[in-house]
Amino acid sequence: MIALEHVTKTYPKAQRPSLNDVSVAIDKGEFVFFIGPSGSGKSTIVKLLLREIQPTKGKIHVNGREVSHMRGWRIPNFRRSIGCVFQDFRLLPNRTAYENVAFALEVIGKTQAVARRVVPEVLELVGLGGKEHRYPQELSGGEQQRVAVARAFVNRPLILLADEPTGNLDPDTSIEIMRLLDRINRTGTTVVMVTHDSNIVNQMRRRVVEIEGGKIVRDQPRGVYG
Amino acid sequence: MRLKYVMSEVLVGLWRNVTMTIAMIITMTVSLTLLGSSVVLYWQVNDMRNVYYQQIEVSIFLKVSDTTQAQKDAIEADLNADQQPGGLVDHWQFETKQQAYDNFKVIFAAVPELTELTKPESLPESYRVKLRDPNNFDAFKDKYQKFIGDGGVQRIIDQKALVDQVFSVLGSLQKLALIIAIVQGVAALMLVINTIQVAAYSKRREVAVMKLVGASNWFIQAPFVLEAVAAGMIGAILAYGTLVLAKIYVFDGALSSLNKIITPVAWSHIHLMLPLLAAAGALISSVTGWIALRFYIKV
Repeated sequence: MIALEHVTKTYPKAQRPSLNDVSVAIDKGEFVFFIGPSGSGKSTIVKLLLREIQPTKGKIHVNGREVSHMRGWRIPNFRRSIGCVFQDFRLLPNRTAYENVAFALEVIGKTQAVARRVVPEVLELVGLGGKEHRYPQELSGGEQQRVAVARAFVNRPLILLADEPTGNLDPDTSIEIMRLLDRINRTGTTVVMVTHDSNIVNQMRRRVVEIEGGKIVRDQPRGVYG
Repeated sequence: MRLKYVMSEVLVGLWRNVTMTIAMIITMTVSLTLLGSSVVLYWQVNDMRNVYYQQIEVSIFLKVSDTTQAQKDAIEADLNADQQPGGLVDHWQFETKQQAYDNFKVIFAAVPELTELTKPESLPESYRVKLRDPNNFDAFKDKYQKFIGDGGVQRIIDQKALVDQVFSVLGSLQKLALIIAIVQGVAALMLVINTIQVAAYSKRREVAVMKLVGASNWFIQAPFVLEAVAAGMIGAILAYGTLVLAKIYVFDGALSSLNKIITPVAWSHIHLMLPLLAAAGALISSVTGWIALRFYIKV
């Protein structure tokens, strides 16, 4: 499903590579944590998987496609198979929960009829039934992140990338979000989560890949934070 | 749905930044008006050149006195020979002193003192020669040069040289309009770039989300580019309107008394400017907009 082969990424002007000869393979339906201190290179992986940046060396396969040399015009279509959630939610403040999720469908060419059918369903799934018409500022942080998860999942992607999704949330809310990601994982969606939240990792007991100084120092099924 | 989305984004975008939109439309209008006038003037000069060249003659002025019939016969023999197929001359006619005097009276009707003082005898006889190709004057002059002096010819004059002076003035006017149009065009381009960047900045959140969920590039860029295109088209329509008003009030109004000198500007030329300017406006703004976005919205 996802495979990094000897991937090295050195940012321009950087002294040392953010990722140094990293190889890792993730199967369909897996739930993987990438952990490590700030600056260890874990967020670089998310950017590489989204093809926001290209590796300096090595190959990256996502959903059977070689991403690193993908032509620019193929990128949008490729990203439709990946859902994405971030620490800062990235919701549009002038749109309601429903509109935020529907927006993701509309801009990839789905009709409003499709949105009317699918959006309430996915909002129900993330536990926001009845709050469709609230604006982001009228929702709690946890609820906003649920909207973001709904938006990432509404297109039924094969992969869900989560970059510190609990970074702005209190522990209880974080656990709720993790339950939600777990539920999405059970539908067969591969979930890749970057975090340094040790509580979460220890509770979930899923595969843990630890990165330090751009290298994988640990890759453990059902691991804990360290 | 997608069309509806794009169109509403365009309208919202134009309205959100209304002062910039107006500035963009005004510069577009000025630039396209000048471009249009330049093109119309170019056509006009060509038209006038054709009209004038059809009437242009070469004059062989004989000496006012002392020309013999033998000298005239020699010149006429050459003219007749040149009138054969393949020759330089289309047709020619002889202008007597009396005919010259009649023409003189018409030309200087406004100065009666001059016509009264002038006698037919003091005007030269001449051959009025219409060349097959007015541009062949030099060849013609080379050939008939030999008659100057002993041949009885005073001088050979090409009206085309006079007309060309007029056209060179019109030509530089046209170039001037074109240069101003280009300078204004550059200003319009910069406004387009600026407007689009402001628009892209004010919608950066939407753009970020669209890129994230995999909206196609054209879908992200279309509303911005169409905003610029809409301004360009409105500018083109206003420029066309300006040209129409110029035709009605300037060429057919203030300058109508000069109709004998300046051939009238054809409506068909003016109307042709609408699609031409609209295409130019749309092309300029869309290409600039698209390039500006490529720098601003990286995938």
